[in-house]
Amino acid sequence: MFNYFIKRVLGLTPTLLIVAVLVFLFVHMLPGDPAVLAAGQDADQATIALVRQDLGLDKPLPEQFVGFFSNMVTGDFGNSLRTRRPVSTEISERFFATFTLTLASMGWAVFFGMSIGVVSAVFRNRWPDRAGMTLAVSGISFPSFALGMLLMQVFSVKLGWLPTVGADTWKHYILPSLTLGAAVAAVMARFTRASLVEVIQEDFVRTARAKGLQERVVILHHALRNALIPVVTMMGLQFGFLLGGSIVVESVFNWPGLGRLLIDSVNSRDYPVIQALVLLFSLEFILINLAVDLVYGLINPTIRYK
Amino acid sequence: MTSTPGDPTVTVSAAAAAATGVRTPWSEFWRKFRKQPVAMGALAFVALLVLLAVFAPWIAPYDAENFFDYDRLNTPPSAAHWFGVDPLGRDILSRILMGSRISLAAGFFSVALGGLVGTTLGLLAGYYEGWWDRIVMRISDVLFAFPGILLALGVVAILGSSMVNVVVAVSVFSVPAFARLVRGQTLALKHMTYVEAVRSIGASNWTIVVRHILPGTISSIVVYFTMRLGTSIITAASLSFLGMGAQPPMPEWGAMLNEARADMVNAPHVALFPSLAIFFTVLAFNLLGDGLRDALDPKIDRQ
Repeated sequence: MFNYFIKRVLGLTPTLLIVAVLVFLFVHMLPGDPAVLAAGQDADQATIALVRQDLGLDKPLPEQFVGFFSNMVTGDFGNSLRTRRPVSTEISERFFATFTLTLASMGWAVFFGMSIGVVSAVFRNRWPDRAGMTLAVSGISFPSFALGMLLMQVFSVKLGWLPTVGADTWKHYILPSLTLGAAVAAVMARFTRASLVEVIQEDFVRTARAKGLQERVVILHHALRNALIPVVTMMGLQFGFLLGGSIVVESVFNWPGLGRLLIDSVNSRDYPVIQALVLLFSLEFILINLAVDLVYGLINPTIRYK
Repeated sequence: MTSTPGDPTVTVSAAAAAATGVRTPWSEFWRKFRKQPVAMGALAFVALLVLLAVFAPWIAPYDAENFFDYDRLNTPPSAAHWFGVDPLGRDILSRILMGSRISLAAGFFSVALGGLVGTTLGLLAGYYEGWWDRIVMRISDVLFAFPGILLALGVVAILGSSMVNVVVAVSVFSVPAFARLVRGQTLALKHMTYVEAVRSIGASNWTIVVRHILPGTISSIVVYFTMRLGTSIITAASLSFLGMGAQPPMPEWGAMLNEARADMVNAPHVALFPSLAIFFTVLAFNLLGDGLRDALDPKIDRQ
């Protein structure tokens, strides 16, 4: 297990390196001179030259990359062009809001998604299945920004039960996390159903029934455990979707998180912040995939860590 | 799969098959697809949508961008304006109709572009394997590591906000998915006996890949293409919603929703109709994709 873990972590290195190179090159792919962007539109030649030297943009490209990389490792991404504050401060202030929102969304998406999936698989081709799958395909098809606006209109504006924007109390979390989690819950429901339907037809399920176990035990302990393997993979991929989805949902609910920071940064071409955020999002996604691989072993002991 | 177009015996036997009810891959597909009322409904809806988009300039009752009814600002649906009027006095139905052209085109072209590049890379990677395969798959892994909309935002940040850039941005993250799908199928197909037979009669690599392996991957590509359309339409609309794609006054559905945000309390109908338009369009493509998959997947017959 430990060897496997080390091997997987080492295997991530080339991927991370490619991401780091792409993020580094990003600045040089932007139209226009990054030094002009950093100095501001109406800076004179002397200021631009000073900024260029200050940011190290006058050095050769490989040297710049080494500088960028060693700063990156220590968590130094320079200052935001918009607010002039360190990028690390900007990000750490907002990280928690996005993190809790993502966790809340994932939590209820897994709960509702798997419940709907299990019910649909057990009642295959009967009305609970049809209702569940209709809900699921609608969840995939409804764009999150439209769902967010709809929920806000109904529950905050018309009924007045919940707050509209901000992230102060637990009540603020309800609508954004529902909005963000809806599509994931739908995907989870479809996957759980498909996987469980296959497993229920296996011989060992018939054996479990034949030895007189309760149907509830057969489904939840025998079948579901085996059906979970593809579902867990999907869960990992869906985390990436949540990270992306948070960008849109945070914009709808004016959530003080990383997604909104990214939008603001793209709009104002604040490239140090964009670089750091893209790197952070990629790192999170890669780590989640690693975690998914390790969780496999807990669910399915037949996987050998070679 | 192995039939050669232009071969007279094949043409005759295909005609005979249709007459006597012998099973061909096409008739088999149609038999299974026709049995699914939901998928047939989705197909009809998609066809209707395409017709509406093509003829939108003639069907739309008003000019979508330049007609302003100042007496009816923010009014809900009425006989003169079926979907109501927006805060600037524009007819929402006309804007939805014209917007369908943008959304369908954005979805189609982004998936077509991504599918074309991805399929080519996947075919080459699967057929030649070796270092080329490793490079393509490694890049696919990295592209997969970026959440789609994040990748698209990066592309838009570099290229600037416009609908064309959105199409490019959205197509980028279709590439790795098609590459993986086609590579997997190619790996399986190239060891089949019929491919070996083709090689033994001296066919070139080009002929083998294009005439004999590609057709075998088409059914998966079609299913994936359809499913991807829905996702791409949503992503393109999301980017416009965030102000990164279509710019006002362009009647793009996501951009319309963004404009509607300011007046949600007074005029919720302004947001309702673009939302429904996106929802039903994407739903139709997703249901069509499910139907195609069920009709093309040989595993389904067992159940």
